[in-house]
Amino acid sequence: MKVTATDSAVDISPVPDTWQRRHLLGLEELSKDDILTLLHTAVELKAATRGCRDKLSILKGKTVANMFFENSTRTRNSFSLAARRLGADTVEFSASSSSLSKGETLIDTAKTIEAMNVDAMVVRHSTPGSPHLLSQNVQCSILNAGDGPHEHPTQGMLDIMTIYEQRKTLEGLTVAMVGDITYSRTARSNIWGLKKLGAHVIVCGPSTLVSNAWEDFGVEVSHSLDDIIPRCDVLNLLRIQFERQYTRPFPSVREYAFLYGMNQQRMKQAKDDILIMAPGPINRGVEITPDVADGPHSVILHQVTNGIAVRMAALYLTTSTNQQA
Amino acid sequence: MADLIIRNGRVIDPSQSLDEIADLLISNGKIVGLGSIKPEGREVEEVDATGKIVAPGLVDAHVQLREPGFEEDETIASGTAAAINGGFTSIACLPNTSPTTDTQAQVQFIQQKASQADNCHVFVIACVSKNRDGQELAELGILTQAGAVAFSDAPNPLQKTDLFRRALEYSRMFDVPILDHPEMPELSQSGIMHSGSISMVLGLSGMHPDSEELATGRDLRLAETTGARLHLMDISTEGSVELIRRAKGRGVKVTSEVCIANLHLTDEVMRTFDSNYKVNPPLRSQAHIDACIAGLQDGTIDVITSGHAPRASEKKMTELDRAPFGMSQIEITLGLAITNLVAPGHIDFPTLISKLSTNPARALRLDKGTLQTGTAADVTIIDPDVVWEVDSGSFESLSTNTPFNGLSLTGRADTVIVDGIIKLRR
Repeated sequence: MKVTATDSAVDISPVPDTWQRRHLLGLEELSKDDILTLLHTAVELKAATRGCRDKLSILKGKTVANMFFENSTRTRNSFSLAARRLGADTVEFSASSSSLSKGETLIDTAKTIEAMNVDAMVVRHSTPGSPHLLSQNVQCSILNAGDGPHEHPTQGMLDIMTIYEQRKTLEGLTVAMVGDITYSRTARSNIWGLKKLGAHVIVCGPSTLVSNAWEDFGVEVSHSLDDIIPRCDVLNLLRIQFERQYTRPFPSVREYAFLYGMNQQRMKQAKDDILIMAPGPINRGVEITPDVADGPHSVILHQVTNGIAVRMAALYLTTSTNQQA
Repeated sequence: MADLIIRNGRVIDPSQSLDEIADLLISNGKIVGLGSIKPEGREVEEVDATGKIVAPGLVDAHVQLREPGFEEDETIASGTAAAINGGFTSIACLPNTSPTTDTQAQVQFIQQKASQADNCHVFVIACVSKNRDGQELAELGILTQAGAVAFSDAPNPLQKTDLFRRALEYSRMFDVPILDHPEMPELSQSGIMHSGSISMVLGLSGMHPDSEELATGRDLRLAETTGARLHLMDISTEGSVELIRRAKGRGVKVTSEVCIANLHLTDEVMRTFDSNYKVNPPLRSQAHIDACIAGLQDGTIDVITSGHAPRASEKKMTELDRAPFGMSQIEITLGLAITNLVAPGHIDFPTLISKLSTNPARALRLDKGTLQTGTAADVTIIDPDVVWEVDSGSFESLSTNTPFNGLSLTGRADTVIVDGIIKLRR
């Protein structure tokens, strides 16, 4: 049954009929309507919790399991806080302390956790498709908290929400994702979400980390940061995912910073109202210099707060929908 | 043994360029005649093949039987039963068993198990290298004498070029083919799927066509300079097809095969993240499929295989990087080929029979793939029009790792005869 406004002390809009999703696996498969529903719900929940500070009870009695098979601090804590802000109980599970090390399969582990009457599982895994595999084998909601380089839908949504808060629309904005696109799930989720909301997306970075094939999906490809800076409304500076690379895709960190590091010199070429974003954790001095990261154009800490809002929205929508598919 | 007359079928035998409506007479396990045959008072069993195709028994040059060592996936008994169910009267099995097939004892073990199972003929492909680890040459001479018909380290590629070259030189003494799965691991390591725009979107590690094509180019060069018999397995790229075409044009002694999966599935299917689609070589783009089909049409590619790679469900039902490569395919290969290659008009039935029977027998130098008078009566009668649904629950194979459950196919084996004995009759 649907959660409605009357179930809660504060006024939260009921889940709209257009939202039919029990899982949140990626932004590629979402419609524009779905993305707007997530966005508006996140904005509403942020306001209702006075900036993600107060607790609501709209998920009271529900249990959210955090299942992280890959290291994470910020996303895990963000999801935990989001669940608790809505009144849900949380269960923490990590690969190192799990029975995976005793040879249990991923599906068996998930079924075991589900048997503890869990309503939603937040899954992070180093292999693309792992949350999808679980969604076909358990009954509860699955929220993808990052599957290898594939997608990280709540990260994409929190980036979109941060831009939306500043500009009130995404339509017509030019947003560049800079750096390691090949191994970045953040980049992929951003690309799908931004494009559906009408933004122009540029992917920019070394040719070994930015495939020209993105052009087939309506994305502009550039290998020169200096060329694109003057046109950008938003720069999202991605971390180099050293842990996923087999052959180093560029000669040195020094050379990378020289070609793609965002610094004060480059800021001079940017629009006056450019937004500087980074999904973090940031490597100061590599993709971004400290003065830019902490400067007036940076909205990096807004992103972190909005992460809780987006995750509240995702948990609320997926666990409150009627749809069983 | 009763005589057998197969009445009124369309007899297609590429080994004799034969394609006509005729009766086929079998006696004492041998083919004795073709034409319009009247029984002469002997005890004769008749099989009506009206509307059906009577072909030399199908030969699968690329099958993993998994026994000894991996009986949870397949046994020699179950794999050969699956072969019969799929219309194959002869199969050649890969040496990726445990222990590996690199000794006389191992070759004889497989032969003995196959003969006990008494389903189809089994021909043993033994290891090129001891322990199949690519370091030292196995005893090719002794293994040949024990009955191995060919040598390969498949599904692993022959990585060490000096060992490969020596194996080719040495194999000439016994006139046995060396089979390689062409792949340069450093360009495909940890790959899960074809490298292209789909792998880019899904964030899955890709296996670049260069990995296959550089190895194919090397292999062809070695075959040319040594004069040995090379059979290239698992061809899947446009570039490989072109390299083989040119090599054949120069007279290099090479044959090649393509797995059925690489003839009708593109990398798009990986969007489902279904590990049943994880195969090696990976499912590539339509352009690569088209090139492989063109290779079948002009004879560049000689053989279609099932690439049968049965894997227990607990191995496949896991994360994509942990799941092993392979599909359980031998029972649906003929149906997939008729549905996806013959029905759309890419190749005709005589060509299909040559790729599934006469050519693989020739590539492995087997006395099979023919309906010539005096040869052993291995016959596959194909119903080309029957529409049926894939049901992995009814597989003879122990493994059901197929993405095709519920798929409707046209055409399958109706009757399968091995040495004159009817092994399958639907």
